[in-house]
Amino acid sequence: MNRRGFIARGGALVVSFSLLPRLAAAQAGKLPGSLNNEPMLDAWIRVGADGRITVFTGKAELGQGIKTALIQVAAEELVVEPARIELVTADTARTPDEQYTAGSQSMQESGTAIMNAAAQTRALLADLAAKRLGVPVERLTIRDGAMNGISYGELVAGQSLHVRAQAKSPLRDPMTRTVMGKPLPRVDIPAKLTGQTIYVQDLRLPGMVHARMLLPPSYGARLRALDTAATAKMPGVLKVVRDGGFVALVAEREFQAISAVRALAQGAQWDERANLPESKEIYQKIRTLPSQNTVIHENGKSGAGPAMLEAEYRRPYQMHGSIGPSCALALYRDEALTVWTHSQGVYPLRGALAELTGMPRDRIHCIHMEGAGCYGHNAADDAAADAALVARALPGRPVRVQWMREDEHGWEPYGPAMLSKARGRVDASGKVEDFQYEVWSNTHSTRPGPAGYLAPGWHVEKPFTPPPPRAIPQPAGGGDRNAIPLYKFANARVVHHFVTEMPLRVSALRGLGAYMNIFSIESFMDELAAAARADPVEFRLRHLEDPRAQAVVRTAAERFGWATWKKSPGRGRGFGFARYKNLAAYTAVACELEVDRDSGRLRIGRVVAANDSGDIVNPDGIANQIEGGIVQSTSWTLHEAVGFDHSHITSRDWGGYPILRFPDLPQSVEVHLVNRPGQPFLGTGEAAQGPTAAALANAFADATGTRLRELPFTAARVRQALGA
Amino acid sequence: MISLNVNGKTEEVDADPATPLLYVLRDHLQLNGAKFGCGLGQCGACTVLVDGRAVFSCVTPVSTLAGRRVTTLEGLGTPGKPGRVQRAFIAEQAAQCGYCIPGMIMQAQALLERTPHPTSTEIRKQMSGNLCRCGTHMRILRAVERAAREP
Repeated sequence: MNRRGFIARGGALVVSFSLLPRLAAAQAGKLPGSLNNEPMLDAWIRVGADGRITVFTGKAELGQGIKTALIQVAAEELVVEPARIELVTADTARTPDEQYTAGSQSMQESGTAIMNAAAQTRALLADLAAKRLGVPVERLTIRDGAMNGISYGELVAGQSLHVRAQAKSPLRDPMTRTVMGKPLPRVDIPAKLTGQTIYVQDLRLPGMVHARMLLPPSYGARLRALDTAATAKMPGVLKVVRDGGFVALVAEREFQAISAVRALAQGAQWDERANLPESKEIYQKIRTLPSQNTVIHENGKSGAGPAMLEAEYRRPYQMHGSIGPSCALALYRDEALTVWTHSQGVYPLRGALAELTGMPRDRIHCIHMEGAGCYGHNAADDAAADAALVARALPGRPVRVQWMREDEHGWEPYGPAMLSKARGRVDASGKVEDFQYEVWSNTHSTRPGPAGYLAPGWHVEKPFTPPPPRAIPQPAGGGDRNAIPLYKFANARVVHHFVTEMPLRVSALRGLGAYMNIFSIESFMDELAAAARADPVEFRLRHLEDPRAQAVVRTAAERFGWATWKKSPGRGRGFGFARYKNLAAYTAVACELEVDRDSGRLRIGRVVAANDSGDIVNPDGIANQIEGGIVQSTSWTLHEAVGFDHSHITSRDWGGYPILRFPDLPQSVEVHLVNRPGQPFLGTGEAAQGPTAAALANAFADATGTRLRELPFTAARVRQALGA
Repeated sequence: MISLNVNGKTEEVDADPATPLLYVLRDHLQLNGAKFGCGLGQCGACTVLVDGRAVFSCVTPVSTLAGRRVTTLEGLGTPGKPGRVQRAFIAEQAAQCGYCIPGMIMQAQALLERTPHPTSTEIRKQMSGNLCRCGTHMRILRAVERAAREP
């Protein structure tokens, strides 16, 4: 059922334009947020005759709390209790197409659209009430879903408000808000904590069968022979689905599928390649592979004098490392395909599945259901495509595919390895006179869309070729995200080396290049500050012109107690700051850490952050995201690197890819929020990653006098750096 | 047929004795609480209680559980009437994606049954076998402390 059909079946009434002159004509110009792509109000908000309010978003809950925040925005502008609102998330038959839930853009795009659509819907309802009561709109009293006591349901009497949005909305005065800006408990948490069916992993459909994938042992491996005779006799086995090197085993029970696919793997022979670079050669390789070189920023006459300082920074391939391996369900029936997926983009996935299967798009329905946190483009889309291909081979039976841990670790697209180089000079007045920065990176987005970006697309008999990678342009950027400092320097030049050949599969990992660029630039800022004999916080403020940036830096420093902090042997403090993408949330992080020289272990003390995400909808939601970002970035920074040899990914489980565990946590994490009511929403989700890495690096340098410029700061690397 | 006591109920299950408990809980008994995370006992997403002790159900063959009490997340409470540890996690909003949290709750339950008032270090040590990828750890610690504090 497509959305138009849905509306028609709901007995929609198109509110005639003559009835509502105030909102009738669509105004020229850009509409707010995603309204610009989907301008009809009833695509976002529907009011039922029973007063039930349904809000639609093309964004998906990924654990970031977006459902709760969007409900708050709608409740505020509609003037109803949040509990009255049902929110429908990403579904190709029901919701607007908002592409991917990514890039910390859900509040700017969907939040802005829903806030404006809700305000305009309220205005439409007010016009209906005013007409009905014969009173001016200004005299209406609006209270929890009723105007002068007449419920919204009664006002619309089941009609849809099928009206084009206007560019301007009668938004409520931020000073009178009752729902936005206040911590509403997350709507999804109680069900998750009591074992309700929330995750796609928990979905069970009648007649469902279980599939497991037999993935190739390495990139580009060709299946030479597959012996299915033994597995065919194993209990519960229904089918081996094979299309070239795409192999799935289907069984009645989940553990039967797991046991049988293990047996199947024993009887599979692969021709493998040995064309990966050695792990330790990767940075040399990145520098020498063909690249497209772009000067993305230049002011003054950079490079005119000698560099005073020069440094090179390194970041390895890192994983999303979702705790729940990717999973999907698919049902092929009556030449139509339904897919339940935790993909970040149900509409782009639908396009990819159409290309992969040769089916028309309108016969494919993708429904988002939550998975475990993804933090970017992991194997969610691959698993959905696997399920779709297997379901096509078993018409009428719902197929559940879940990847095993080694599948996810070995085949997810990683955050790319990166290399950066900074050169700079400070003048006699203690200001940066010249700043030069270069960054080398693969693309940070190989999302489907194209079937050639799906792993099963490579393995089928007639494979799909991945399209050539493209750089994400500035100002957001990809590998060069946050490569241009927010600081004002007299002379500066920034170059992006976009490396087109990809030895390992890579795509979007939380923050993209921002994590590495902020780590590099903020580490280098401390090196420049030392050269200028300046305090790192004061040195940053010296070069920041944006008052909101200054406020966040000052707040973090004050709350940390930067000015009064006492140094002791083996202990250090560090600071990191950035405005994510130079256009989203501002985040500053201060931390302290202690170095155990013998073991190489780092003990992190207090971590204090300040964040300005613009107009705050749910303060606890933002705090949760920043706290989580700090802890996750600490894990990346201290522990994480994907291992590989000439053929294989060697990080195939949590033993081969250790991440942070409870004993390595900071002693405490504090988040202080700066609210800007009435200002635009600024994306928060990825804002803490870079500043945290920089604060840790700077604290290590402060503690030891030695600077670590290669991630991660493992105990072995720390011991080596300190000559212990 | 294998006879199991799960959340106080006796269940007869037709499964290969080598089947890990996790798949019996999820696939045969349709219980969502224990999650598949690694199948290797490395992440704790599948944690349940056996006779009050936390075990990784993904590496526990169902054949070893005859005559023993298995408790899953569902055995602690419901959305309408969450148990003590669940209430504490909800009060602290200790979840992001929430996928690891059932295992965390079971691990905390096991700790508090043995040590009603654990120190911060004891909590960190007890939880060290459970991975969280969203970085919700600080809230999880606060939730365990709250559960120890509140009846």
